[in-house]
Amino acid sequence: MGDTKAKSPGAVQTTGHAWDGDIQEFNNPLPNWWLWAFYATVVFALVYWVLYPAWPVGGTFTKGVMNDITFVDSDGKKVTTHWNTRALLLKDLQDGKEARLSREYMNKVAAAGYSEILGDAEMMAFTRSVAKGLFGDNCAPCHGSGGQGVIGLFPNLADDSWLWGGRIEDIQNTIGQGHLGFMPAFRDTFNDKQLDDLAFYVLSLSGNKVDEAASARGKILFQTDAGGCYYCHTKAGTGLKSQGAANLTDQIWTIADVNGATDLETKKERVEKVISSGVQRQMPHWSDRLSAAQIKLLTVYVHELGGGQ
Amino acid sequence: MIKHESIETNAGLLIVLTMIVISIGGLVEIVPLFFINDTVEKVDGVRPYTPLELRGRDIYQREGCYLCHSQMIRPFRDEWLRYGHYSLAAESQYDHPFQWGSKRTGPDLARVGGKYSNAWHVAHLNNPRDVVPQSIMPNYPWLMTTDLDYSDVQDRMRALKKTGVPYSETQAEYDRNVAKFGADVADKLDILHAEENLMKQALNNDYDGQRSRITEMDALVAYLQVLGTMVDFSRYDEGYFAEFR
Repeated sequence: MGDTKAKSPGAVQTTGHAWDGDIQEFNNPLPNWWLWAFYATVVFALVYWVLYPAWPVGGTFTKGVMNDITFVDSDGKKVTTHWNTRALLLKDLQDGKEARLSREYMNKVAAAGYSEILGDAEMMAFTRSVAKGLFGDNCAPCHGSGGQGVIGLFPNLADDSWLWGGRIEDIQNTIGQGHLGFMPAFRDTFNDKQLDDLAFYVLSLSGNKVDEAASARGKILFQTDAGGCYYCHTKAGTGLKSQGAANLTDQIWTIADVNGATDLETKKERVEKVISSGVQRQMPHWSDRLSAAQIKLLTVYVHELGGGQ
Repeated sequence: MIKHESIETNAGLLIVLTMIVISIGGLVEIVPLFFINDTVEKVDGVRPYTPLELRGRDIYQREGCYLCHSQMIRPFRDEWLRYGHYSLAAESQYDHPFQWGSKRTGPDLARVGGKYSNAWHVAHLNNPRDVVPQSIMPNYPWLMTTDLDYSDVQDRMRALKKTGVPYSETQAEYDRNVAKFGADVADKLDILHAEENLMKQALNNDYDGQRSRITEMDALVAYLQVLGTMVDFSRYDEGYFAEFR
């Protein structure tokens, strides 16, 4: 502030007002660097107005000059238009470096059969990197980023158990068409004791030590038309893939969290709950949202996640 | 001519003049859009929300979803790849106020409709970490346990009608909606049958998995499931949308 003190108030023009009797404000000219930067922005604006869409004129607007963008429409015809972000995006998606590279690989993958892709290291590297993004965006919200699923809600894709089949064509079908997972509710079919018996039998299928008499009674319900469980779960309890019926003989549980329970009573309760309330789950179909090539990539990715068959 | 000094020494006048100068900046950007013919794309399928979706939208605003979620996909390659087709002006023509948002703490929701199942939305809104372990979104468990208040849904529709949303009350307005949207949609936009339509949609679709009651969850999921689904993009050449800029 020593600087201002040195100048006498008369040397530089002041704004003319005085506060508290003697506080005045200098009216210095703007610094030259600031002034020239300001003029530069004015020139920039004038050039911009000429080159880019800018001024409204009645029901339309000035389109600018020398800014044409050419893209290809769905009939394969070249279309040229004035600069705008939508045409720019379209051109980028058709002609950009990333788009061209990714299309080159996408075409290669689309033309190749599954065995070809699985046997080719380069195509697999491409598949893993693209499908990881696709999986993260479309599948991970339910199935988890590692495909681990949520017990009771969404199946685990990283294990060896496949409700709807784990072969490549099954997985492709599941992703494209979606599934309605359905098991009827049996609360009106069985009384509490029958539910107990049935739950014990179901638990015995995967090697749990249970009351044998109860299990034998449950077996009759399971294997006959009294319960009709075998329609979908089969007589052996391994489940019909065409119905998305669970294999009850392995130790993998997707709805009742049996493995999370330590004592038999809790395990039984959890199985009973599924039998009495049934199951209703939906996997959406993706054929409308994803291209055939994208579904192919995801199929390979999911097949790789767990024990693809 | 007003002197510099008289403006600076008169706070009221200074405020008024400052506001005028600043509003010119906004007006020159916004007003021409009202008169340019190609501002709103001409597409089929965009309709006002049904009564249930409308109440869901109210809950979306009440819970402040817009503070973390945008509904505006911009025409950039990364957004195209992640969220889908960029948003059209036509898609928010019946939104008052629009829900474009300005901050993406969570993902954009402009095309979330149909992407996840109803059960997923219910699980996710109750506790997002049940389905997305790394999520930082709060829990909204009360949606599931609070019955939806739809006693005033007709008034809400009437209010929106004043802003230009074509809900119908008279036979003439209904007929106009039939011509514009088809009879199925026109029935759902009828203010006089709003409550009945709301109950029907909630019970038929059972968004929250509790068939016996209509909760706020039903309404919010109904709203989320319709977002971005009204325009069938397979019917249009991509170049068509570029004509509107």
